[in-house]
Amino acid sequence: MGPDSYGPRLPGPYLSPGTSSFADFLASAAPDLLPAAAAGSAGGGALARDLPHGTTIVAAACDGGVVMAGDRRATAGNMISQRDIQKVFRSDDYSCIGIAGVAGIGIDLVRIFQVELEHYEKLEGRTLSIEGKANRLASLVKANLGGAMQGLVVVPLFAGFDEDSGIGRIFSYDVAGGRYEEHRFYGIGSGSIFARGSLKKLYRDGMPVPDVILACMQALYDAADDDSATGGPDVTRRIFPIVATVTADGYQRLTDAEAGAYAQTVIDSRMRSPDGPPAPLRQP
Amino acid sequence: MPFYVSPEQAMKDKADYASKAITRGRSGVVIEYDGGILLVAPNPSRALNKFSEIYDRIAFAAVGRYNEFENLRKAGVRYADTTGFQYDRQDVTARGLAIWYAQLLGTIFTESNKPFEVEIVVAEVGETPDRDQIYRITFDGSVADEHGFAVMGGHADQVAAAVKERFSEGMTLAGALGVATAALAGQANDERREITAAQLEVAVLDRSRPHRTFRRLTGARLDALLAEARTPSATAAGTGAGPAKAAGAGQAVTDGRAGPGGKAAPGAKAGPGGKAAKTDGAGEAAGTPEEGGRPEEET
Repeated sequence: MGPDSYGPRLPGPYLSPGTSSFADFLASAAPDLLPAAAAGSAGGGALARDLPHGTTIVAAACDGGVVMAGDRRATAGNMISQRDIQKVFRSDDYSCIGIAGVAGIGIDLVRIFQVELEHYEKLEGRTLSIEGKANRLASLVKANLGGAMQGLVVVPLFAGFDEDSGIGRIFSYDVAGGRYEEHRFYGIGSGSIFARGSLKKLYRDGMPVPDVILACMQALYDAADDDSATGGPDVTRRIFPIVATVTADGYQRLTDAEAGAYAQTVIDSRMRSPDGPPAPLRQP
Repeated sequence: MPFYVSPEQAMKDKADYASKAITRGRSGVVIEYDGGILLVAPNPSRALNKFSEIYDRIAFAAVGRYNEFENLRKAGVRYADTTGFQYDRQDVTARGLAIWYAQLLGTIFTESNKPFEVEIVVAEVGETPDRDQIYRITFDGSVADEHGFAVMGGHADQVAAAVKERFSEGMTLAGALGVATAALAGQANDERREITAAQLEVAVLDRSRPHRTFRRLTGARLDALLAEARTPSATAAGTGAGPAKAAGAGQAVTDGRAGPGGKAAPGAKAGPGGKAAKTDGAGEAAGTPEEGGRPEEET
């Protein structure tokens, strides 16, 4: 049955048996709605640097799931363009996504990824496997390769609960759509070098959820400490990192009050030792 | 192929063809209750659904030829997701979708040789009960804006009359389920048969759920609701099928398909016995997994 077999006046792509991918459907029915279409035709170059950029995201596996946390700052060049941007999102019931890079492209990537997962679920009557979700995200990232080459760089960090094995899993990406599974913990964005260094010293295998949240908070604090583009907890405005957990109970975002309590714990400890908890020098 | 067929005759033939096919199938009921909208239809298949989620607050219900309404369902999900992506999630409405479906079905009816043999309902649960919406769209693209409940498929008039008799605003979920199952059970002429959980497809648009409101009711939850629906208090509003239901209440959910009188009905209810059965069989051969396939399972 061809797309036009019902007649010329019918919206062919809608009625074709086609694919269960929303992005593929848009490519045939309304290609101008695809985020990559706009990015590919942009001039890029020097201008791209002045667009708002999102910065640091960390994710770490915990006992029976995964935790993702991101700071709230967006920068445009040397200016802070937003103090309370959201860079960690729910992608479906059992996964979350964080973005670093050009915020506009990243938020579009998140939106289409969210619809992509839900669309598949509705058409097929089942959810994608965690690998399936990670692979779909890879092809969406790759679609922006043209934009990335012109300076509109964005990379996501994807984490989710694997319902088959009962553990949390983390996937990182490069702009060419390369998909890499990360073990234990990972970070992306300008402050991620410091955040990863921090997590390396604080992270232990099989830590319970609250400990992993605290470790991520410490890591974001260290990132903000050394990277000007990463925002620390803003106690005067009560703006705290967004923290999401994905476990067998599904996706949950900490309330601002809960995240604030963790942030306050970190701030209190830094009052005593500004560089944070020291790791033991010698293994016991 | 005749040399000339008048447009009137051509349209009439198509309409007869489509409505005959739909009348052969069984009915489905979409009905409002205090916490949302309930969808009920006899459907022994667990895989081939008549109801499904279109969007956060919108459900799709259909009867007729499976491959055709499945095609429409997918088109609807594509329409809704595209609209929601292009604008915002709150901009996807049942009204917009119903009109889109009407245009689609209308065009298919006039422009293609074979009309779709389907009847569909698009329902949207509102923030409050008075904002619930139910639209029924028929094979030729006519839209009806229904209030309280909608019935589609074969013997819709009969079932609708039975629902209307007992329907009241603000019924509980079990109450609404009782009304719907009683009306559906009564569709096989005067032979009242008990519908069991295994024979039913039940779903709700649950007003209280955040984000995505569509949810299927299956297994133990459905068993419990059906049991509750059969107790006199739940269906107190209506008295029509009361005694008959009470008598059948003892029938365990487990004996489902074996239930004797029940499932011979589809053939019988299509009217002039032998002929109808034959047509059913023909439909089966022509590959209607949904309606045609059923008699086989029942024996």
